[in-house]
Amino acid sequence: MLETDEHRLFRKTLRDLFEREIEPHVNVWESARTFPAHDLFARLAPVGIFGLEYDEAYGGMGADHSFTLIAGEEMGRISCGGIPMAMAVQMSMATPALAQYGTAELKEAYLAPAIRGECVASIAVTEPDAGSDVAGIRTRGVRDGDQWIINGSKLYVTNGTQADWLCLLARTSDQPGYQGMSLIVVPTSTDGVVVSRKLEKLGMWSSDTAELSFTDVRVPVSNTIGEIGRGFQQQMVQFQAERLITFYKQVGSIELALARTKAYLAERQAFGKPLLANQHLQFVLAELSARHDMLKHYARTTADAVMRGEDATRYATIGKLMGSRLQREVADTAVQFHGGIGYMDEHWTSRFFRDTRLDSIGAGADEVMLRILARMDGYSTE
Amino acid sequence: MNVVVCVKQIPDPVAPGALDPGTNTLNRSGKLIMDDSDNYGVEMALQLAGGEGDEVTLVSMAPGGETSGLRTGLAMGAAKAILISDEALAGSDALGTAKVLAAAIARANPDLIVMATESTDGYTGTLPVQVAELMGLPSVTFAKAISIEGSTIKVERQTEAGFDEVVCPMPAVVTVTAGVVEPRYPSFKGIMAAKSKPVENLTVADLGLDASQVGSAGSGQEITDVSESEARGSGEIVVDEGDGAQRVVAFLEQLKVI
Repeated sequence: MLETDEHRLFRKTLRDLFEREIEPHVNVWESARTFPAHDLFARLAPVGIFGLEYDEAYGGMGADHSFTLIAGEEMGRISCGGIPMAMAVQMSMATPALAQYGTAELKEAYLAPAIRGECVASIAVTEPDAGSDVAGIRTRGVRDGDQWIINGSKLYVTNGTQADWLCLLARTSDQPGYQGMSLIVVPTSTDGVVVSRKLEKLGMWSSDTAELSFTDVRVPVSNTIGEIGRGFQQQMVQFQAERLITFYKQVGSIELALARTKAYLAERQAFGKPLLANQHLQFVLAELSARHDMLKHYARTTADAVMRGEDATRYATIGKLMGSRLQREVADTAVQFHGGIGYMDEHWTSRFFRDTRLDSIGAGADEVMLRILARMDGYSTE
Repeated sequence: MNVVVCVKQIPDPVAPGALDPGTNTLNRSGKLIMDDSDNYGVEMALQLAGGEGDEVTLVSMAPGGETSGLRTGLAMGAAKAILISDEALAGSDALGTAKVLAAAIARANPDLIVMATESTDGYTGTLPVQVAELMGLPSVTFAKAISIEGSTIKVERQTEAGFDEVVCPMPAVVTVTAGVVEPRYPSFKGIMAAKSKPVENLTVADLGLDASQVGSAGSGQEITDVSESEARGSGEIVVDEGDGAQRVVAFLEQLKVI
């Protein structure tokens, strides 16, 4: 991927935008355990970030995938994980299936306002008894004429207390396993949709996470995204977009964390010299930098594959797996090398440490990534 | 209305270039960005020239045919740009630069010329009034608000005590202070559209100027020496002994901030 003047200007635009619209508020939002999604998304949307690769007919930018990579890297530099995660839900988790498979009417009603930052979207897949094993979901949609009647519950819904609509995966037939599921757009203003709990988390404090319940929720069958019964397969496509943006964010977050750690160690004196004068610290950081470099170039190779229209499953899986692990290692190293201050809640290392833990669990746990790879590479007996 | 904004393309302050040891001037080779202080001028111009048939033209002088910074202004919404790039311009002082910009601006025949009060790499703050003088135009500096009334502009000119209201016939040169407007961010669509917006590339000869009057040859200024700036001293710590608020107020009054 060749970085052009347009990529550089888009990167600078996003960096300036985040610096002005997000950074001054991060501490307040972290303390509040939420952020004003409607207000912030409306401020971010005019640069096009919520519709980069989407159809211009619905307000999308019609950009190629390389700009999603740039956006992800810059989102990774935001000084908390919660806000970029909430943005990524709107960009790459709740909307890709709608953009790819939705009808024109559905896209006009739900995708276009999401791109304009006029509404907040969430993805509702995980349930109390079905996380990594998506096929185990129990939320059901029973057809009644031209309506679905939905009953069930969803867990760990990012933006869940503020969302205007959900991209919800439900069983819509009695077929077992991966069959018989559908993706349905559910407006949260519909009777029977309730935020049962706002969930407290280890990290990602600025992002609200909810448990939602659905009791006799009636939505039109025309709110079904794509083909009825193909929800699981469409969600797998959507998961890929989620893994890619997660991976790209990691490239940016690791780069910044290493730079900030280096700057601190160069300044901090111990035993009459800067901490950075210690060869052990130098070597550890050099090795992490080397691995980050590999990750960064793998991200570019991945973006190229997506732009060529290739199946990027392997790239997304490896990138997300290795990025999550390296990010955790860098976070752990940053805390360690900063010493006492690194453990303090007021310091960036502390927030980075707790926020980065999620990436090895969300968007498909490390073990799910390994399961996919084991199958692809023939290591699996399944 | 036709508004010209003079835009300076500078090395990125995040990774500033070094001084050229031969000339003691800033090394400006490589990618440049639009000076942040010009964001305000471009935004002001776009707001003033928002009507049908109105147009904003950017004018910039930079080495090596560099347009990266200009593309930012074009992505914000300016219609076109004029770039003056010529090896003969290396080493130009403020007056030499003003001669070049004045000649280029005249080609655009503007109703209004907007500039930043000063650049963030040179800080001379002398260029705008030099351009106005060379073009025989009135200039109003430190504008914090501008409105158009027929063929005149009404400017609120920032002063230490508040602001003066200045009415001035157009065409005129106006400098705007930082924060005067909230600059828009270039959108993705704006960035891509900027690729195909016209940039007229000119040389010293194209402007009908004598090369001996510009660049190091025409410079009346010589940089004889440079030295490291003094390290920033430690700040003054005020211990609140019941009079903390008064001491802070006194400090701010001394700075003429309040």
